[in-house]
Amino acid sequence: MIWTAIILTGVGAYLLKLAGLSIPGSVLEHPVVHRVADLIPVALLAALVAVQVFGEGPALTVDARAAGLAAAVLALLLRAPFIVVVLIAALTAAIIRLI
Amino acid sequence: MTAPTSHRTIIRDGIAVGVATGAYGISFGAISVAAGLSVLQTCALSLLVFTGASQFAFVGVVAAGGAPLSGAVTGLLLGTRNTLYGLRLAPLLGWTGWRRAAAAQLLIDESTAMSVTRESTEEARVGFLSTGLAVFSLWNLATFGGAVAGEALGDPRTYGLDAAVGAAFLALLWPRLRDRDNQLTAVLSVALALALVPVAPAGVPVLAAALVALAVGFATRRDQDATEMPDRDDLPGGGEHE
Repeated sequence: MIWTAIILTGVGAYLLKLAGLSIPGSVLEHPVVHRVADLIPVALLAALVAVQVFGEGPALTVDARAAGLAAAVLALLLRAPFIVVVLIAALTAAIIRLI
Repeated sequence: MTAPTSHRTIIRDGIAVGVATGAYGISFGAISVAAGLSVLQTCALSLLVFTGASQFAFVGVVAAGGAPLSGAVTGLLLGTRNTLYGLRLAPLLGWTGWRRAAAAQLLIDESTAMSVTRESTEEARVGFLSTGLAVFSLWNLATFGGAVAGEALGDPRTYGLDAAVGAAFLALLWPRLRDRDNQLTAVLSVALALALVPVAPAGVPVLAAALVALAVGFATRRDQDATEMPDRDDLPGGGEHE
């Protein structure tokens, strides 16, 4: 099941790229198409943050991951690079669990 | 009149972006293994999917207990922006046949940012290929390294790796949050996803957020072409060009 999903995502991601380079630009020229396509990553990433940090199976919970996220926000405000943001979040959560 | 940017400079910038992106690759590898995927599955994702946000989304949905197919659909929805990049780049790069088919795999945020602003087809191709190939090599090497390291670490919760996933998504989202419509979309998506977590199967709350994108897109439509192309200055290592 997981392999099917991986191959499906791989083939699909490639076809999406190839389509962009192959189909005439006018087909997707409609401004609303561009608007929605720009907003999709924002919507999905925001939802992923929420589910990833506050979801615990079918329940919602606030635990060490929320503290990790808060630390990540601080790091981003201080313009830390990606890897530093991720490490700080992980470290914060790990330290809170130790306490 | 400005002198054309030398190929050397373009290639050097491309490699710099590739090196910086390698750091994302390490975190992807570690997070993917923490989500329960094997090292082989993790490496297959980086080789075949090769588009960071889609890969993070795939393992994020799987980590949250979602069906792998929900992960695939979420990943593909995130991959649609590469189609828009391609539409913009196609006339500039001017490749056809097997060259176009081979170049397509390298069509991502970074290669787009490093080629879309070039003034000639030749410069655009050099920027696209040097960045695309540098990112492809280092992303896959780093994924493997991160996955092996992640596996050696053992229980991901001890090291807070589960918290790292949310931080990774937030860091990917962050540069887009300057825009008001994007802020609105993000807030509504968070609210909808959290409301659905207790009642919908895992994977669905994230997918449902695409409806927010649809709604906001229609409600705030404008006449101008509003496609946000990635900017060289937004990339890790991409700020010191020229």
